Amino acid sequence: MASLDRPGELLIEAIRLTVNGDTHDLGVPSHYTLLEALRYVLGLTGPKQGCDKGDCGACTVLLDGVPTLSCILPVQEAIGKEVTTIEGLAAPDAPHALQDAFDLTGGAQCGFCTSGILMSAAALLAANRSPTRLEIREALAGNLCRCTGYTKIYEAIELAAAALREERMPAELKGS
Amino acid sequence: MKLEDFREKQIAGAASDEELHEALEREFQVIGRRLRRTDGLAKSSGRAIFTDDISLPGMLHAKILRSPHPHARILGIDVSKALELDGVHAIVTGSDVPETYGILPWARDEYALCIDKVRYVGDGVAAVAAVDEESANEALDLIEVEYEVLPYFLDAEEALAHPEMPIHEPKKPDANGNISKHVRLEFGEVDKLLEDSEVIAEAEYYFEGTTHTAIEPHCAIGWFDTSGKLTVWSTTQVPHYLHRELARVLDLDVAKVRVIQPPIGGAFGGKSEPFDLEFCVAKLAMITGRPVKILYTREEVFYAHRGRHPMLMRYRTGADKNGRIQAVDASTILDGGGYESFGLVTTYYSGQLITAPYTMESYRFDSTRVYTNKPCSGPKRGHGSVQPRFAIEVQLDRLAEALDIDPIELRRRNLLGSDTRTVNEFLVRSNGFLECLGAVEHASDWKDKYRQLPYGRGVGVAGSCYISGTNYPIYPNEMPQSAVQLQVDRSGRVAVFCGASEIGQGSDSMLAYIVSEELGVPLDYVRILAADTDFTPVDLGAYSSRITLMCGNACIDAAGKIKKLVKQAVADGWDCKPKQVALAGGWAFDVKDTGRKMPISEAFNLAEAKFGTLGATGSYNTPKDIHGDYRGGTIGSSPAYSFTAHVAEVEVDRDTGFVDVRKIWIGHDCGRALNPVLVEGQMEGSAYMGFAEAVMEQHIFKETGLHNAPSLLDYKIPTSLDTPELESLIVESVDPEGPYGAKEAGEGPLHPSIPAIANAIYDAVGVRIDRLPFTPPRVWMALQLRADREKAGALAPWKRESGRTPLPAAGD
Ligand code: FES
Ligand code: FES
Repeated sequence: MASLDRPGELLIEAIRLTVNGDTHDLGVPSHYTLLEALRYVLGLTGPKQGCDKGDCGACTVLLDGVPTLSCILPVQEAIGKEVTTIEGLAAPDAPHALQDAFDLTGGAQCGFCTSGILMSAAALLAANRSPTRLEIREALAGNLCRCTGYTKIYEAIELAAAALREERMPAELKGS
Repeated sequence: MKLEDFREKQIAGAASDEELHEALEREFQVIGRRLRRTDGLAKSSGRAIFTDDISLPGMLHAKILRSPHPHARILGIDVSKALELDGVHAIVTGSDVPETYGILPWARDEYALCIDKVRYVGDGVAAVAAVDEESANEALDLIEVEYEVLPYFLDAEEALAHPEMPIHEPKKPDANGNISKHVRLEFGEVDKLLEDSEVIAEAEYYFEGTTHTAIEPHCAIGWFDTSGKLTVWSTTQVPHYLHRELARVLDLDVAKVRVIQPPIGGAFGGKSEPFDLEFCVAKLAMITGRPVKILYTREEVFYAHRGRHPMLMRYRTGADKNGRIQAVDASTILDGGGYESFGLVTTYYSGQLITAPYTMESYRFDSTRVYTNKPCSGPKRGHGSVQPRFAIEVQLDRLAEALDIDPIELRRRNLLGSDTRTVNEFLVRSNGFLECLGAVEHASDWKDKYRQLPYGRGVGVAGSCYISGTNYPIYPNEMPQSAVQLQVDRSGRVAVFCGASEIGQGSDSMLAYIVSEELGVPLDYVRILAADTDFTPVDLGAYSSRITLMCGNACIDAAGKIKKLVKQAVADGWDCKPKQVALAGGWAFDVKDTGRKMPISEAFNLAEAKFGTLGATGSYNTPKDIHGDYRGGTIGSSPAYSFTAHVAEVEVDRDTGFVDVRKIWIGHDCGRALNPVLVEGQMEGSAYMGFAEAVMEQHIFKETGLHNAPSLLDYKIPTSLDTPELESLIVESVDPEGPYGAKEAGEGPLHPSIPAIANAIYDAVGVRIDRLPFTPPRVWMALQLRADREKAGALAPWKRESGRTPLPAAGD
């Protein structure tokens, strides 16, 4: 293996990644994390880098449906798995109920934590359509938000859950 | 699609006749409604492009070499080895940018990279641009810096006591080089009134420093094109000031510098002045001819900092037997860290901003800001006044107890009221503080809880007041503080150009609501282009809670001009008076006969045919003649003041000292809520942030000057599981100066969190914790001390029948 401390001699690995349903054959530096591969190689800038060390949750993506911190996941660990980023959350024709609900309740202020929070929330709602407040708080415990005080985020997730249960969009639900 | 189809579509989306009738009944069409943000979906779908999401062709990445010493003289820097490294394009050191910078024009004391001295661990000394971050980091290791290590101070009182070892050259020959600013102001006869007071509360408070920790780290990209124009994209909340400073420091024509502020991932004051990275990317771009990006690591953000000043505050507060405040005597030491930043303003704010919402017969403050060899302190949400607010509100709790008056009642007895002046002569117009107090008292069931909850549980109250912008800009000038330009398209679409900084608070949306309200266009017909100095008229930036009031007024001014023309053109066609024409819900209609109407685009077209291309500018400038008539009387003078009251409910675990904040009720007078969803968001975010400072956050340093915990894991900020329930109670006092009566909501609601929690801890377990944060060891120690005194018979058991031993002793 080539030495890692001389950038000119970085080992580039050819890997196959499945992201948001697309399969990509990529050459990535072998020390890359999944977040680096997504942002720097695939240009998917939805997942954010808030700390780059697993502390903030802004980089959360789904790996086979499980919320995962992409900034501390070696990219090789994603090979053979389904990666879903915020860009892949919604169907092409309309926003995901969560996205719509966050928009309605003001769940995103600066929006920097939002893509990570939505991925954690999406995994929660996939498993549990009627989460309690406490279950929502537990599901978000790895995602820091510095703007909202979380209150409007909980409201958004509850609204989206109701919408998903009734197969409607939050906007209809609220009649606005 | 043909133009007629557009018209059909627009009509389909416009308001129905019924809705127009309803509209006629309402005071406002858009203002005050719970609407979506203009940028909400872009953010929730990951499409918003933040600074670090931008990648330009050929872009280089740069890194800054930082000092390992808290205080040292730079004897030499050798970059030759680093320059030889493959992939390295350029290296700059202090001598390449030999001009000082600083946010305050009269206190510029920083260099883009240090030249003579470093003043804290983390001070920048060199910057490398390379093909990628890895190469740049590797080059940093090859730069050799020779330092002469100097004695250093991490404690403000110690630095103050040692003028012979100055961190900065003294400003005058005899001055103490470790003093950044000293202010002493006195209003009324403090000493006499203290002497005559029935009770005096006297205590020393310490506010541990905290920092913003916006989730987005600072990032900047510089690009110097072949025409000699510099463009800088930055996570700044003050693009206009950055624009000026870049040009001045880099010796460029201001007209050839462009600053673009993309959406920002949180700021809270932490991005409100120029930073080293902006000068470095600009200089490196000028040298290399390539775009250059710097993204701070999270650790660097903790050093770049500019967070809340640690403050040591000694307070004496006297009241008469009815609880009326007679005198407040405050003496404060601010730990400024290595540089000036906003220090002069912070020093004034530490005294000037606590004179409302209460009347006080007399007031004196003596504040000294001291340099230490730590990262520079600066403005954080509630600049300079969150710390003294903690002190004064706990003082009032002490007085209330001494006089056996309910603390809410004590605050009522000292109401300042509206259309009046504070003891330091600030003009206060609208004032909804009484309603705020009533709202939290009622919602929290205060009367059933205060001193009634069982031992271990308690409630506390606190109030506050904050500015909606400052009457004076950072550099003296007579021009407007904010301006808006509107451009109207034939389709009915209206573009808003404004220098205001959207930092998550919703300033873009606020502008869109106002245009929609004034011109009757649907919200999705409004486009916002903000904070791009090449295209947007100047707004001074997102600081001191100024944007809603100032940009809002500027926007109403601009929209009003277009509205007038449109109504005139339609009225001429209908042969009626302009005032009979209303613009709302996508229509121009006749208020006397809502059946007579036309799509708003047609109305715009009529106006364009009659008056030429539709566009307008509007601006707002602050009143300049209302401040106190003394040196410093302008600092803290604001067009309007917001008011807040909190009640916090806590549960204290006597075995561990853990403080569980269960709920905070937030009553906030924002003048008028232009969109209640956004106002509540600011109230909740503020209360959360105050709560975090009360129980968790400690921006502290090891003995070596290294940051104690420069990561989001170790520097504790609340997760969803830590954060208490927050209930927002909006109070609308309708201010005469604010747009539709609006005042600020982004900073005021933070202030009472900390003292309300402190007072609630006292109600729960009978101990005063006067040092922040209220961590388990600190609370536990206080409980031990109280238990000892109870055992010795010096104190009665707290909230329990005497005879029962409280015993929160070790192993209990
Ligand atoms: S960027 Fe991955 S946890 Fe912060
Ligand atoms: S919305 Fe800004 S960090 Fe969550």
